Amino acid sequence: MWIVDFFRSALGKKAVMAVTGVVLFGFVLGHMIGNLKLYQGPEKLNGYAAALREVGAPFLAHGEALWIARLVLLAAVVLHILAAWQLTLINRRARPVAYVKQVSVASTYASRTMRWGGVIILFFVVYHLLHLTFGSVHPDFRAEDVYRNVVVGFQNPVVSLFYMLAQLALGLHLYHGLWSFFQSLGMSGPRLDVLRRRFAVLFALVITAGNLSFPLAVLSGMVS
Amino acid sequence: MVLDARIPSGPIEKKWDRARFELKLVSPANKRRFNVIIVGTGLAGASAAATLAELGYNVKTFCFQDSPRRAHSIAAQGGINAAKNYRNDGDSIFRLFYDTVKGGDFRSREANVYRLAQVSVEIIDQCVAQGVPFAREYGGLLDNRSFGGAQVSRTFYARGQTGQQLLLGAYQAMARQVEAGKVQVFPRTEMLDLVVVDGRARGVVVRDLVSGEVSSHAGDAVVLATGGYGNAYYLSTNAKGSNVTAAWRAHRRGACFANPCFTQIHPTCIPVTGHYQSKLTLMSESLRNDGRIWVPKTKGDKRPPNEIPEEERDYYLERRYPSFGNLVPRDVASRNAKAVCDEGRGVGPTGLGVYLDFADAIARLGRETIAERYGNLFEMYEKITGEDPYRVPMRIYPAVHYTMGGLWVDYNLMTTIPGLYAIGECNFSDHGANRLGASALMQGLADGYFILPYTIGDYLAQHLGERVTTDHPAFAQVESEVRERYHKLLNASGKRSVDSFHRELGLLLWDHCGMERSQKSLETALAKIPELRQEYHDNVKVLGSAESLNQSLEKAGRVADFFELAELMCIDALERRESCGAHFRIESQTPEGEAKRDDERYSYVAAWQRKEDGDGWTAHKEPLEFEYVQLTQRSYK
Amino acid sequence: MNLTLYVWRQAGPGEPGAMKRYDVPDVSPDMSFLEMLDVLNERLLERGEEPIAFDHDCREGICGSCGMVINGRPHGPQRKTTACQLHMRHFRDGDSIYVEPWRAAAFPVIKDLVVDRSAFDRIIEAGGYISVNAGAAPEANVIPVPKDDAEAAFDAAACIGCGACVAACPNGAAQLFTAAKITHLGLMPQGQAERQRRVVKMVAQMEDEAFGSCTNHRECEAVCPKGIAITTIARMNRDYLKARLFGKG
Repeated sequence: MWIVDFFRSALGKKAVMAVTGVVLFGFVLGHMIGNLKLYQGPEKLNGYAAALREVGAPFLAHGEALWIARLVLLAAVVLHILAAWQLTLINRRARPVAYVKQVSVASTYASRTMRWGGVIILFFVVYHLLHLTFGSVHPDFRAEDVYRNVVVGFQNPVVSLFYMLAQLALGLHLYHGLWSFFQSLGMSGPRLDVLRRRFAVLFALVITAGNLSFPLAVLSGMVS
Repeated sequence: MVLDARIPSGPIEKKWDRARFELKLVSPANKRRFNVIIVGTGLAGASAAATLAELGYNVKTFCFQDSPRRAHSIAAQGGINAAKNYRNDGDSIFRLFYDTVKGGDFRSREANVYRLAQVSVEIIDQCVAQGVPFAREYGGLLDNRSFGGAQVSRTFYARGQTGQQLLLGAYQAMARQVEAGKVQVFPRTEMLDLVVVDGRARGVVVRDLVSGEVSSHAGDAVVLATGGYGNAYYLSTNAKGSNVTAAWRAHRRGACFANPCFTQIHPTCIPVTGHYQSKLTLMSESLRNDGRIWVPKTKGDKRPPNEIPEEERDYYLERRYPSFGNLVPRDVASRNAKAVCDEGRGVGPTGLGVYLDFADAIARLGRETIAERYGNLFEMYEKITGEDPYRVPMRIYPAVHYTMGGLWVDYNLMTTIPGLYAIGECNFSDHGANRLGASALMQGLADGYFILPYTIGDYLAQHLGERVTTDHPAFAQVESEVRERYHKLLNASGKRSVDSFHRELGLLLWDHCGMERSQKSLETALAKIPELRQEYHDNVKVLGSAESLNQSLEKAGRVADFFELAELMCIDALERRESCGAHFRIESQTPEGEAKRDDERYSYVAAWQRKEDGDGWTAHKEPLEFEYVQLTQRSYK
Repeated sequence: MNLTLYVWRQAGPGEPGAMKRYDVPDVSPDMSFLEMLDVLNERLLERGEEPIAFDHDCREGICGSCGMVINGRPHGPQRKTTACQLHMRHFRDGDSIYVEPWRAAAFPVIKDLVVDRSAFDRIIEAGGYISVNAGAAPEANVIPVPKDDAEAAFDAAACIGCGACVAACPNGAAQLFTAAKITHLGLMPQGQAERQRRVVKMVAQMEDEAFGSCTNHRECEAVCPKGIAITTIARMNRDYLKARLFGKG
């Protein structure tokens, strides 16, 4: 089938990574913006969380839209990781003997840490789901009170620190990923090349700053 | 042996048409029964391979480089001439023909040159269709520039990398035929001998440069497209690997070698800096459009150029040739540079250099305009010398660049061995005693795309079904000769490196058979070359084995052949007691010191045949008759 | 100046190799890097050691034969300069210099610094051309080509096929090489008829060879002696996606 053939090619895998990556980026951006309701108090945040379950009504029943979104995200994550894994294997095989001496001229810290950064983010996402979605690793989880879950969760400095480190990794990953998204899908041109770089910097910074602010706000007592 | 150039009869503009009608054809069904061997994958070789395969022949190509795309045609900078007359400035096929014959100082064959001018227009069409990114004007049409002293603008170019772009076009056309299964490419494979069976070329013996394996390939015809022999001088603008071995081995098997003494010395090259110098780099001739050439008036003036006042500078070309000034032809510019350096007025650490000064041009046109015109050349100069030509005048000196001589071929590009063809720089045909700028690319592609594909059919059509395979004992015989040659070199176990011999031979040739030759210098060289050659075979040191990649061994074989060629170059130069084009005999000059031809006695092509016993050569002469061009003395005063 | 070289020595394909140390005294700053190796080779020969094998030909920076990783960078420290055009004045007395062959699964080492780059030829053979037989071409000025397109095509066509892009890429990818040819031909009006077929076939061949894949490090662009930009890779990706997702093939 042509879609399978397409995914077999490395260029196809890169395109899949770009598309799934941008889906995940959209989610991360929306997630961060939604979470800003933390600063408007418990009613707004909890109300927002509850409203998410009603999206699509009356065509969709309670929680269905959320599950659809989760399935899409899950598929994106699986494809993103699968393609990355396969490409990593191809790339490792392509350079079987390392240089005795090698200096990098143009690559960035972000570009060099995509793979490990991605692994860290994966671990973080699993932890984050267990922590604030399913609550299984949360000390005092209450399904209906998102606001309280966040505040209580982040009051543990070790947990907050881990969250913040993960956000830095996410920021780097997004910076290189967003720029690569344009490149892998062939979106390039004299003006666009300047714009796409700025776009990557801007959104990587916005998302990182927004996400870092939540644990900081809790730790500093600004939100309680 | 009588040399028959097989020039078709009739008026010059009809000769090629007539030939194409009279040449026998091979039917499409029969073409796939013929195998053609092509050695060399430069402009001539690659274009011939692609075209013959398109016609349906089976082609095998060989090159010593690791990819056919690296042949030295790639280094040609300036451009390619064609009589398109896009500029409406009075160009025509006849004018290109005339300029080429005159530029060659009337030592080329009229019919060949006319045909070259005729097909020049088709070459541009072909290359454009292949996607060669020629320079364009804003309207999207092709741009032209003037070149090499021509009075019309007929040169098509792709920045300073025209050779590269044309070669990639031909290489890609050949790659397409590889994909189609019609061409087989053997890279890193060097031809070491020709196999002749019953007087006809039937194959080659090659060495796989990686495994060292010597093997044979049989074919119905063999085409040599192996370039020139400028590296006989050791230092030249040729690639390090460029060599004469394939052509020389063919010569030893019976192909006549024509006009070997015609070697072009290019005036604008970066001077030698030290004994370790491995090659010379050409700076495009176009620099002379704006640069002024000078040396100090006094001998041994060691002041930096900027401290030498105007009145103490000698702009010798402007002084001697007021009407052409710095734009005199290559041979004149080169010889004058040598003369001032011989007087002791040369500049730079070695005293072998003259200034090419852009200060006036920068003052007149501004740095920006100069950068636009020559920016990449200035950059290249700075990379190599570490000096900034915007501030310090460039230093230049002449260097060996191109060889007009080569294997003798008839009008059909066939050598004196039936079934053996020579195309491109490898043959002697079209440039006479001096080649005009932007004409080498034209000739290589004309031969490969548009001439050989017609003429080779004529020969093949007469030999349908006469197959010889490598099982023929002649192949085994030649193979064993090749192996023996190489084992001798390996077993000489002497003390000196191949390069040290090559350098010594080169210097000897440069000093005695270079820009100027005299009876005395040539006789001296002819006394020394055999001695040095003998020492070479006794005292050369080559390490490693013949059964693996061994770059010293490759060089050793090539230098052995250069030794033999060098002797013939000097003999040819000695025999030609006239000056013409690049061949300047001190004894034959005008009172003003310019080259003086002797059309009465030397209006011929000298074709040398090696004697059967290997001892010396027999000279054959192909008289040159000029019906359409009037012979004149060149003057640039 | 006096230098210490560490050079990869390997007797033949598939054999083990190692870095070997050579002290090279009396190096002139006016020598090119390859001339410095020539001088070292002459001295090795005198001592009865086999010279270091390395590819080289035109020594003018255009044939693409030479290629070695010098102090961790393909073609050495100078930007847009091939090893043959790199001069010793860019090094300092007492420097240690590491010289290694291109490292890539698709470029197996043949001997010392010599590698097999025939994979590049196979990529071109797969479709890096415009199909036109000699004799079939229309008049050259029939098809105008906008000057900017011709210039951009030239920028891509300037590739010398040296393989530095592959050597520099942490993934050993050949995308810059392949994309340069696709861009060159794709920008010319003459190249449109085969544009989709070309990109699909060339990419397939590229991936059949043992090259890696692009992760946008931009190392290739930084070391390319001809300054070919990774915008060509974006173009290849675009053409490929168009051909595979919306094309006929």
